[in-house]
Amino acid sequence: MTPRVVFPNKILPYLLVAPQLAITLVFFYWPASQALYQSMLREDPFGLKSKFVWFDNFKKVLADPNYINSIHVTAIFSIATALLSMVVALILAVMADKVVRSRNLYRTLLIWPYAVAPAIAGMLWLFLFNPSIGSLAYALRWMGIPWDPLLKGDQAMVLVVMAAAWKQISYNFLFFVAGLQAIPKTLIEAAAIDGAREFKRFWTIVFPLLAPTTFFLLVVNTVYAFFDTFGIIHAVTGGGPGKATETLVYKVYNDGFVNLILGDSAAQSVILMVIVIALTAVQFRYVERKVHYG
Amino acid sequence: MATVDLKDVRKVYPGGVEAVKGVSIAIPDKALCVLVGPSGCGKSTLLRMIAGLETISDGTCAFDGKVVNTIGPTERDIAMVFQNYALYPHMKVYDNMAYGLRNRGTPKDEIDRRVRETAKILELSHLLDRRPRELSGGQRQRVAMGRAIVRQPKVFLFDEPLSNLDAKLRGQMRVEIKNLQRALGVTSVYVTHDQLEAMTLADILVVMNAGKVEQMGNPLDIYEQPASTFVASFIGAPPMNLLPITNGKFTDGSALSITAPAGATILGFRPEDADVTESAPKQGLTLPAKVEGVEPVGAESFLYCAAAGQRIVVRVSGRALHEIGAKLTVSAPLEKLHWFDKDGKRVG
Repeated sequence: MTPRVVFPNKILPYLLVAPQLAITLVFFYWPASQALYQSMLREDPFGLKSKFVWFDNFKKVLADPNYINSIHVTAIFSIATALLSMVVALILAVMADKVVRSRNLYRTLLIWPYAVAPAIAGMLWLFLFNPSIGSLAYALRWMGIPWDPLLKGDQAMVLVVMAAAWKQISYNFLFFVAGLQAIPKTLIEAAAIDGAREFKRFWTIVFPLLAPTTFFLLVVNTVYAFFDTFGIIHAVTGGGPGKATETLVYKVYNDGFVNLILGDSAAQSVILMVIVIALTAVQFRYVERKVHYG
Repeated sequence: MATVDLKDVRKVYPGGVEAVKGVSIAIPDKALCVLVGPSGCGKSTLLRMIAGLETISDGTCAFDGKVVNTIGPTERDIAMVFQNYALYPHMKVYDNMAYGLRNRGTPKDEIDRRVRETAKILELSHLLDRRPRELSGGQRQRVAMGRAIVRQPKVFLFDEPLSNLDAKLRGQMRVEIKNLQRALGVTSVYVTHDQLEAMTLADILVVMNAGKVEQMGNPLDIYEQPASTFVASFIGAPPMNLLPITNGKFTDGSALSITAPAGATILGFRPEDADVTESAPKQGLTLPAKVEGVEPVGAESFLYCAAAGQRIVVRVSGRALHEIGAKLTVSAPLEKLHWFDKDGKRVG
């Protein structure tokens, strides 16, 4: 235990933490409380007056089949995005770890996509898979796959998952490479001498030792899929076709800023906040138990 | 159980650096061969080539007469104890030891029997449910040993296994390793930079320097008859006193009390073979010396003296009563003198 630092001055410590506290209060607690307050208001169609309705907005939102659909969409989208981006990143990291010559070049190239803005990334994929002008869409049709994400919901989902995952691969890659480097080479050698072939070595030694990294990325990627993918969805599908790719965050935007149902939108964002807090708590509570640090 | 034969083994790294420059060693069945040398002498590289962790650039490595150059570490049927132990941190002690057997498809009850048996020998039975980070350094070392023993491999390889332990534990484990190796009768190669460990453990001692074997043989023979000044100064602590001579004179111009054999340019004698006396012996070397430092160790003392223009060390038993600045005569019997030529090779 490091000894506690004792400040002789009574006010100084409070002054030192004040900026951080101020930022947290102004940019987190204040908006959060505003959202909470707003989620219990209902405005008239002209926005002239609003009425305090307690939990009516929540009741309305949770009874809405569109909202239930949105939960489904978000679950599929988040799991698929997190899994795809982590699996691909892990494969790339393991391969990049083996390269001896010009490994830094490969690493730099693999990290680049992270610098691309979400909306741009979305547009890139949209162009590639555009049914009329996309080169990859052309290839898919040539292979006999009727590709039309503008009409087919599941294909639109595949497209946004790919775009969202692609964006996150670089980030995951970076952490996996660092995680792999932290595993002592002698452990791999010891496992080889102990008769484990490469595949076995990976699953019995490398993967368990990467667990802290994997766990961290699982949390980060889930939060990413929930919140940071708005730009991609907005650029690629706009939540469509129908409501096939309308995630919870996108629905908050749609209902609040497009349809101007502010009370519903606020109620949804409060629910979303609760979901993410619960999810992270569950991850830390249950998944982390299986993680060995050091 | 196997013989290990190295024939003209070389290691050249891609950059062109030659780490091992043609080493041939024949290790008979059940023998413990110790590779000793300063850091960077190629001893660890040689061990890793025997393990299959490094490719052999040239020459052959054979187990029981069968060349294993192209066989990977997984199939060589060896076990290795690493300097940092390389225990799997996410596995319990039991699983650490069982891992190698599981990978080779040993039946479950057989694994259980062997792990518990080995744990008993190494006094690890009460630690089987712990993870490596919950163990002390000495216990980790035992687990690393256990992981090697439980496999019953053809060859044991040790890569400085005791260098992370404190002096007392090191002495203890040294004896245990020797006894275990004898009892199990497994051919072993042991790498160390500690000459004491090398002397006490080895059936065959190989002294290496700059990628080459300087001398190889029985440890006491090497101690008695070092083949070169390098071996003379590496084996034995404190190292042998080496005094350059030219035309029967030391570097400070004083004359040698005896005649040097032809071609000899360096005279050597061990600190423990020399003595300080009032009256010079009739035969042998005598050197006037001045005490510059005294190191009492308990049962013996080391006198650091200026003699023949050099700093020499003399071991005297018991407590030395000499004071710094005192003048005395150092003597050594003729048969305990070593002569080396200008290339550092032994003469006579």
